[in-house]
Amino acid sequence: MAELLRVENLVKTYAAPGGFFGRRRATALGGVSIAVARGETLGLVGESGSGKSTLGRCILGLTRPDSGAILFEGADVQGLSGRRLADFRRRVQPVFQDPFGSLDPRWPVGRSVREALDCFGIGSNSDRARRVADLFARVGLDPVFAKRLPSQLSGGQRQRVAIAAALASEPELIVADEPVSALDMSVQAQILNLFMDLKRDLGLAALFITHDLAVVAHVSDAVAVMQQGRIVETGSADAVIDAPSHAYTKALIAAVPRPRPAFRGG
Amino acid sequence: MTVAATEQRPGARTRESNRLIRIGGGLIAALIVIAVAAPLLAPHDPEAVEVSRVLGAPDLAHPFGSDVLGRDVLSRVIFGLRASLAVSIAAVLGSFVVAVPLGLAAGYFGRWTDSAISRLLDLILVFPAMLLAVAFIAVLGPGSSIAALAIAVIYLPILARVMRASTLIVSRNDYVSGARARGASHWRAIVQHVAPNALGPAVVQASVLAAFALQLEAGLSFLGLGTQPPTPSLGGMLADGREVLVQAPWVEIFPGLAIVIAVLGFTFLGEGLRRALDPRGVAE
Amino acid sequence: MTAPLAFDDVRVRFGAAEAVAGVSLALEAGEIFGIVGESGSGKSTLANAVMGLLPGAATVSGSIRVDGREMVGLDEASLRTLRGRSVSMIFQDPTASLDPTWGVGDQIAETIRAHGLGSAREARTRAIALMDEVGIARAAERYRDVPHRFSGGQRQRIVIAAALANDPKLLIADEPTTALDVTIQAQVLELIDRLRREHGTTVLLITHDLGVVQMVCDRVGVMYRGRLLEVAATADLFERPSHPYTRALIAARPAAAKRGARLPVIPREWSVESLEARESEGAEAADG
Repeated sequence: MAELLRVENLVKTYAAPGGFFGRRRATALGGVSIAVARGETLGLVGESGSGKSTLGRCILGLTRPDSGAILFEGADVQGLSGRRLADFRRRVQPVFQDPFGSLDPRWPVGRSVREALDCFGIGSNSDRARRVADLFARVGLDPVFAKRLPSQLSGGQRQRVAIAAALASEPELIVADEPVSALDMSVQAQILNLFMDLKRDLGLAALFITHDLAVVAHVSDAVAVMQQGRIVETGSADAVIDAPSHAYTKALIAAVPRPRPAFRGG
Repeated sequence: MTVAATEQRPGARTRESNRLIRIGGGLIAALIVIAVAAPLLAPHDPEAVEVSRVLGAPDLAHPFGSDVLGRDVLSRVIFGLRASLAVSIAAVLGSFVVAVPLGLAAGYFGRWTDSAISRLLDLILVFPAMLLAVAFIAVLGPGSSIAALAIAVIYLPILARVMRASTLIVSRNDYVSGARARGASHWRAIVQHVAPNALGPAVVQASVLAAFALQLEAGLSFLGLGTQPPTPSLGGMLADGREVLVQAPWVEIFPGLAIVIAVLGFTFLGEGLRRALDPRGVAE
Repeated sequence: MTAPLAFDDVRVRFGAAEAVAGVSLALEAGEIFGIVGESGSGKSTLANAVMGLLPGAATVSGSIRVDGREMVGLDEASLRTLRGRSVSMIFQDPTASLDPTWGVGDQIAETIRAHGLGSAREARTRAIALMDEVGIARAAERYRDVPHRFSGGQRQRIVIAAALANDPKLLIADEPTTALDVTIQAQVLELIDRLRREHGTTVLLITHDLGVVQMVCDRVGVMYRGRLLEVAATADLFERPSHPYTRALIAARPAAAKRGARLPVIPREWSVESLEARESEGAEAADG
């Protein structure tokens, strides 16, 4: 498989509160390297504070790393500007956790989906309206929903809209940060199915960031386990989940709720 | 989790805030109409001195009576409202127009932009409001436009801080990051997403400040530093009436009432807007 | 023997909407009973009804008995004497349950003192013992530390210590581990399990997570749209779910499915999704 994204030795630190003159710094990313092949889903799993979201934001160009390289099709994307930055942005799109926060509360959701088409100048004016309708259909929503405000949709519907907005610019990589964590169980299954459909039908690659091992195991081809700003284990999903080698991965897997008769008293 | 348990009859709250907005907005609108139409509404020339009517009590021709120089108090209140409202509204609008972009820039870009803007605003905030206004007038001379400018400068840090705070919160939303990722420039993200969602608290603050501005203008005019005689202003009239408070209370009472009504109007409007815009709807 | 907690045809209305629509259930002494449901199922409303913690707009009917004592219609003063004494409650966010400016030990001692049990000195000693019991290392030294000096998991431990300070018969835990990381979640659940065994406390555990149910609950009730669809011993529920909704919920979990396979989706008529959308349409119509 051809490599799409490669992150090399990425470092990001923040000024930590309590330090004098901002000299004390907390490490969010302590030299992280990952690679995503075209059409592949890489599951990035870790607990809060592991740096997994920071990594996602760095890849999306929303946070600037201190050092390290982010290569998209072999070319470093840091320091891009103008047309080349826009082109990179078009090809890498985010899906966030909170479907409340990821859509402008004042905009009818169709307008949010259309925003990328307008900004990237994709299609003619009349073309764009048709594309928005197609995108709604693609994520399993009736196009009449386009006129609604986010507050008039359910959580799952909002997440579908957010995914439609991400798909608008026909990206090659989706960076999804906890895309199903805020959803109800019955809705979570639907959205996970949608992700798998998109991967199959559109050949989309994804960096799927989550704390939920069961979700990661289900949707990912490869898995990277992150702890305190470092990747502690990486490999195929089967290898990492079924035969973890790192102690932290083992602890994570052991903590996944499952029936434990010894644990349950009677 | 349970939607039903956390939502408390939003209807009642909306009705309450709507009523406040209607009362406050209605009062202010009425006062603005009076101020604008002053030449049509005033029964007499507000600056016309009539010796025979010095400190004349209210009667049919002069419902609010006459002042020390025999001028018609009703006409002077109507024109005085004009000067006072003009100064306070101009001051707040001027302040708003500068404060909003400053607050947006500080809150959205953060880092050194924020530090630079915040330090600058702190500089203004160090001085007490009245002292700053008096200092301004000492340098630039008295007058209503200088008073408006002074008040605008005083309010700049207050409005800009409110704007910065709400910008900080709104900018953190994923829809702003999402817009950036969907190809929106910083400019577009700010204008289309951040500003419309962050403006609410600043609008509320501006309405509340307009009430204070009116009092500040009255105070300055009372001290003879605002609107200059013979042009009537509510604060100036208070100063004139002070000495004859016992013989001719109407000279003092009516401009005082006008100030109270205008301040109440702005306060109701601000409170109503605050309740309507407060996302949690829990008014402390 | 009277049940530590018994619901009899409990209904909670908010105006026209019925959040809890007739729940009858009796807990057994010393068990952890899980109530599992999605948003809008009424599970938290049911839990809050026990403690009289519903907003004023709610009307409760039916009977809720704690150790035989009727809670519905009880005045605020009597409820207050029961809260933290006979019944304790813990919530999802431990930070919100703790005063940020107080030492954590004092907050535990406060719960003891609030019910007039023991002197200040005794309360302090007991608070330290409790901190130690829930696994806060160097409890005496950390007595005066404010909440933000503890991690999220430690804070929830402290909240649990305060909840158990007066040895209540019943502990109601509303999504107690939802805000925590998985490794911490496992530890906190183990703690709850150990404490109820040592203290003989009965626990009503509200959760959206079938995994949590599977891990610690002895019995479980599945709630949907204000109703209890089925009640079963945990192992039985997972092996032989009797209700189609329960079956669908269990099957929809990624952990239960073959990797990479499509997940079975809950039938439309049972989906929270369609309900939510219908409700928001209703709200829209009401606004217009």
